[in-house]
Amino acid sequence: MKIPKVLVVFLGVVALATAGCGGSSSAAGGKQVKLDLVAYSTPAEAYADLIKAFNDTTAGADVSFSESYGSSGDQSRAVEAGQHADFVHFALEPDVTREVDAGIVGANWQSGPTKGVIAKSITVFVVRKGNPKDIKTWDDLVKPGVDVVNANPFTSGGARWNVMAAYGAQIEQGKSPADATQYLYDLYKHISVQDDSARDSLATFTGGKGDVLLAYENEAILAKDAGEDIEYVIPPQTISIETVGAVTKNAKEPAAQDFLDFLLSKQGQQIFADHGYRPVMDGVTSANYDFPTPDTLFTIADLGGWSKVKDEFFDDQKGIMAKVEQSIGVNPAA
Amino acid sequence: MAYLSVLVLLPLAAVAWKSTGEGWDTFWASVSAPDAVAALKLTLVMSLLVVAVNAVFGTLLAWVLVRDQFIGKGLVNSIVDLPFALPTIVAGLVLVLLYGPQSPIGIDVAYQRAGILLALMFETLPFVVRSVQPVLLELDREMEEAAASLGARQTTVFRRIIFPNLLPALLSGGGLAFAKAIGEFGSISIISGNVPFDTQVASILIYGRIESDNPEGAAAIAIVLLGISLAVLLLISLAHRWGTKHDV
Repeated sequence: MKIPKVLVVFLGVVALATAGCGGSSSAAGGKQVKLDLVAYSTPAEAYADLIKAFNDTTAGADVSFSESYGSSGDQSRAVEAGQHADFVHFALEPDVTREVDAGIVGANWQSGPTKGVIAKSITVFVVRKGNPKDIKTWDDLVKPGVDVVNANPFTSGGARWNVMAAYGAQIEQGKSPADATQYLYDLYKHISVQDDSARDSLATFTGGKGDVLLAYENEAILAKDAGEDIEYVIPPQTISIETVGAVTKNAKEPAAQDFLDFLLSKQGQQIFADHGYRPVMDGVTSANYDFPTPDTLFTIADLGGWSKVKDEFFDDQKGIMAKVEQSIGVNPAA
Repeated sequence: MAYLSVLVLLPLAAVAWKSTGEGWDTFWASVSAPDAVAALKLTLVMSLLVVAVNAVFGTLLAWVLVRDQFIGKGLVNSIVDLPFALPTIVAGLVLVLLYGPQSPIGIDVAYQRAGILLALMFETLPFVVRSVQPVLLELDREMEEAAASLGARQTTVFRRIIFPNLLPALLSGGGLAFAKAIGEFGSISIISGNVPFDTQVASILIYGRIESDNPEGAAAIAIVLLGISLAVLLLISLAHRWGTKHDV
């Protein structure tokens, strides 16, 4: 019985989430300042190393942390509703925009050198070992008999990035917006499972379901390093996933800003890179991963930016994806 | 009463308030959206099916636990409650591992409606067993023996004596199981596949509405679920009252 890996990874996630819900996992006593870090779930392991390294710097020596991790939307709404945070890090820009609208994060949060981007990744195709279905391009995903796994774009931020990667890849290949939209309809005919989070999708895929999983590159790296029987393919055209963060208005300063500066320093980005994230600046390389450059890399800004894309694609009644989901519902047989 | 208000009534009122926050038209639009109708229908059908299955097998299990003697009975008796103790998300995972694509016994029901059924059966099993069990324990066996001595066949004994005595417990257990089933989230989010119009249940649709910054829509669908639950529980308590008055 080949069970444990997935279960172990998952139980780990559950344990992490539970610890996060508890709210505090503060470091050693005697520190002068304590920062509340509220973030989405995947960078938890990276933050463990980042905080350790930050504590070794002069600026960070006296700073301890209370860390909270969970799904990006849940975390963002918690902060909006009053959970205290000195620094937030989310998977999607609209989750930070929510804090700006609530007056918790300053409107100028994108004025820094990276425009608010903390760490990057790309959308990749995760396939079975040896790539038995020979998946290389977006067109390969819509070939007969190919089963694709992507989380539900209405519940998962990661799935939204993947949908925009699929759409943008068509535009980059010279298709019209109408044809690119048609591609989403075709693609969704091949998607038989839509878990509610990207992590669940990964568990579904490593559990044996599907031929291709759309995933963050850093998640694919994590799963591969954990010994799963998978490999990943970098699509010829893909999106640059930009995870964003900000210091809140009433954060404890200068510690919070120092921490942000550290995250964006060469050393901080090096740690992110060692955890599979693509660095936000040139000149940072990882000893473990070479981060090959895709033929064509585009950004969400190329597609109009999140505020436009959110309404156009992900409005739960009128959005393109709402219609795509409806179109696959014509066969309600059990 | 104050306790009940703080814990239950106020939050429910808040949900109701939120659901109509943008007027009745929006409320109606939210609950009559095609994906909402599909999810609500699926949730209802699945929950009713699960209650029916568990009413039969839960009663059988309770019967065995009360009337039969076997080695390890105490252990089995404690295992019945495990579905309550296990985090639902873990339950979903374990079910996928056992009855999913990599099933060691070759049964694959994950990512289809049968998987939803399985998860709900697992999650709601204890309700019927635990409500029927004490009634069976207290059931006067002399009544059965008397009936048998008067020439009643076993089926008649069951129909005329055992079943009427069990019915109230069966109804309340079934009602609780139903209410739990229509609200179940964790295990289903793992095993269902969550495809709108096919395997997406209402609770997960609600989560999608929230993630899409549409809390009013989420609350509206939640209100429909609550309304259905309330109606079912009320019906059961009416039936119960009718039953005690008329002594079937």
